[in-house]
Amino acid sequence: MLSHFRPALVLMGLFTVLLGLAYPLAVTGVAQAAFPVQANGSLVRDTSGTVVGSTLIGQAFAAPQYLHPRPSAAGAGYDASASGGSNMGPINEALARRVKADADALRAENPGVVIPADAVTTSASGLDPDISPAYAHLQAARVAKARGLAKSQVEAVIDAHVQGRLLGFIGQPRVNVLAVNRALDARAPG
Amino acid sequence: MNWQGWAEIALTLGLAVAIAWPLGAYMSRVWNGERTWLDPVLKPVEALFYAAGGIDPRKSQTWHGYAGALLAFNAVGFVLVYAVLRLQGVLPLNPQGFAGVSPHLAFNTAASFVTNTNWQSYGGETTMSTLSQMLVLTVQNFVSAATGATIAAALARAFVANRGEGVGNFWADLVRTTLYVLLPLSLVLAIVLVALGLPQTLAASVDATTLEGAPQKIALFATASQEAIKQLGINGGGVFNANSAHPFENPTPLTDLITAVSINMLGWAAFFAFGRSALARKDIRALVAAAMILLSAGAAAVYVTETQAAPALVAAHVDASVNMEGKEVRFGAPAAAAWVAMTTGASSGSVNTMHSSLMPLGGAVAMFLMQLGEILPGGIGSGIAIMVVMALLAVFVAGLMVGRTPEYLGKKVEAREIQLAMLAVLVVPLSMLGFSAVAAVLPEALKGLMHAGPHGLSEILYGYTSATANNGSAFAGLSANAPWWNTTLGISMTLGRFVPIVAVLAIAGALAAKPKLAPSAGAMPTDGGLFIGLLIGVILILGGLQFFPALALGPIVEHFQALALVAAAH
Repeated sequence: MLSHFRPALVLMGLFTVLLGLAYPLAVTGVAQAAFPVQANGSLVRDTSGTVVGSTLIGQAFAAPQYLHPRPSAAGAGYDASASGGSNMGPINEALARRVKADADALRAENPGVVIPADAVTTSASGLDPDISPAYAHLQAARVAKARGLAKSQVEAVIDAHVQGRLLGFIGQPRVNVLAVNRALDARAPG
Repeated sequence: MNWQGWAEIALTLGLAVAIAWPLGAYMSRVWNGERTWLDPVLKPVEALFYAAGGIDPRKSQTWHGYAGALLAFNAVGFVLVYAVLRLQGVLPLNPQGFAGVSPHLAFNTAASFVTNTNWQSYGGETTMSTLSQMLVLTVQNFVSAATGATIAAALARAFVANRGEGVGNFWADLVRTTLYVLLPLSLVLAIVLVALGLPQTLAASVDATTLEGAPQKIALFATASQEAIKQLGINGGGVFNANSAHPFENPTPLTDLITAVSINMLGWAAFFAFGRSALARKDIRALVAAAMILLSAGAAAVYVTETQAAPALVAAHVDASVNMEGKEVRFGAPAAAAWVAMTTGASSGSVNTMHSSLMPLGGAVAMFLMQLGEILPGGIGSGIAIMVVMALLAVFVAGLMVGRTPEYLGKKVEAREIQLAMLAVLVVPLSMLGFSAVAAVLPEALKGLMHAGPHGLSEILYGYTSATANNGSAFAGLSANAPWWNTTLGISMTLGRFVPIVAVLAIAGALAAKPKLAPSAGAMPTDGGLFIGLLIGVILILGGLQFFPALALGPIVEHFQALALVAAAH
């Protein structure tokens, strides 16, 4: 057994250099040269160059003129340095209470509508950048009122941002909240 | 449920096997030391590794020598990971300014990454420095995967040997699998993933100001390079806490398809490689078929459970067509279902949905697929090796029924092989159920639970199941970063990894020494439907009967509670 330790130590050292340093650094070099936008987090900047977020990372919105994202269990909500889900089990009573409270609030705002599930559930990452088209349309009236737009104008912006299934069957239809909100700001500052 | 969902699940599962077919032939060439098209680039690197280590790659080792080398290499890896994690606070490349991690977390994490489990008692973006992620965790992702592959290479040689002594050279198998299979595939996959949106930077984070004016600190990492080997090596340890649900690890349905396929691809490839190296292609195709039937059933079951009415949604009169708690909008139920089956059927443990929030029977499927022994297709090499152990047990059972000495792939299966096979197979439930039983009555352990009642029991059972099976996924309501959990989970990972590995190598040694028999009309055919059925029966009885009582007290009770809640809400 002892005779095995020399090759074990030497190989571990060589693997550490090759796989722990050379491999990630080589990938980083190629990535930064060929795909700088993605490699740095798909960041979104405003006209002054300030980073306002990432297209891939959800952020909190509470003001009426913006589409709201899903509830989030990441930190205090959309904490992009503490991702995670609620981990609540399906018969957890706290989950039932939270879902009911969120659903009641949405119903008070929009009487008589069917609430989509994503509107009242936390995502796995807590950073879901998307909502379902149904949840986006549910919010169109509120956003239109707050911005002094016609509901149809807001719905047109939402529809332009619906991403369908890849090849018609892979993934789910969705709307990127940050993209819609930026488009709304560009069209009619709230 | 809709046709798009079924098509997506079928494509994801099927694509992994389709790609594995040619890849398996290549992997077999690598194990056999045959020429490959990467030789011009990699031969000199390989030669350098051998020269520096004083290794003669052509020297075939006995199974003792092979196992000794394997254990020595893994012991060195364990100590290195432990040391770096404890010392990361004073080591360079720590832009996050994280302190060294606690002794019990360092023990757990070292055991976790050396055993290819990648259980994470910590949140990646809040605990591990860039140096720790790259220098020890990424390296172990490669070499722990290659370690698993070596035992399949050794076992394949044992079936070809005729009164032989050696089972191959561990160092050569380790180096060649890493250099010729894992590294080139990871390089390609990492670059593809960056193009599709994964970050790859040494910066730790970027500060954003949201449209509403609030600050948002967005954690970054060299994500793509670790993501690639995390999936290909069937490791599963993410750089972020949310793992492959995090939009930086898995931003789109396309990256989800590619990474899900990557989870199972090399596990299946090792099946095909074993078939080619052991000169038993048709027999191994029967093992692939048996595993695929069980895996497909698992994925379909989870798609069904996740489109059942969730109690919380029904009670709030919300659209309850999909259980969206713990799921991402871009993936929905089908991509989650495919992933749950593929990550638990293989020993990956990466997740794109939160398993703790699955419907009760969805969580049961996840546990059950791990309890079957990580053979669907399991880890690279470790999966096919344990599947062959199951096949030995199946021919043994058939032999008992007809009163003949059983044979498999031209080798007589006798008492010693069956004793070792039972050792490999029984240590798993012993660790899973034994530790769970103790934890269920220990106040120190129960402090870590998020839920009381059946879901709490599921958190315990899932934890030890995942650790022993070297999977690494979790019912993450469990707060495992405490001395009891970190220590016992670390022990169960080590037991679940190295006892079966040594048993498999001992079986290889015993089989290699036997004469290779010519095919005879009296032997049971092991490449047809009858054998596939027998094998599935053995796998289900070994897995199902042992675990059914525990599952009945956890997810099955919870299922009936959920049904009652839904009925009450209507």
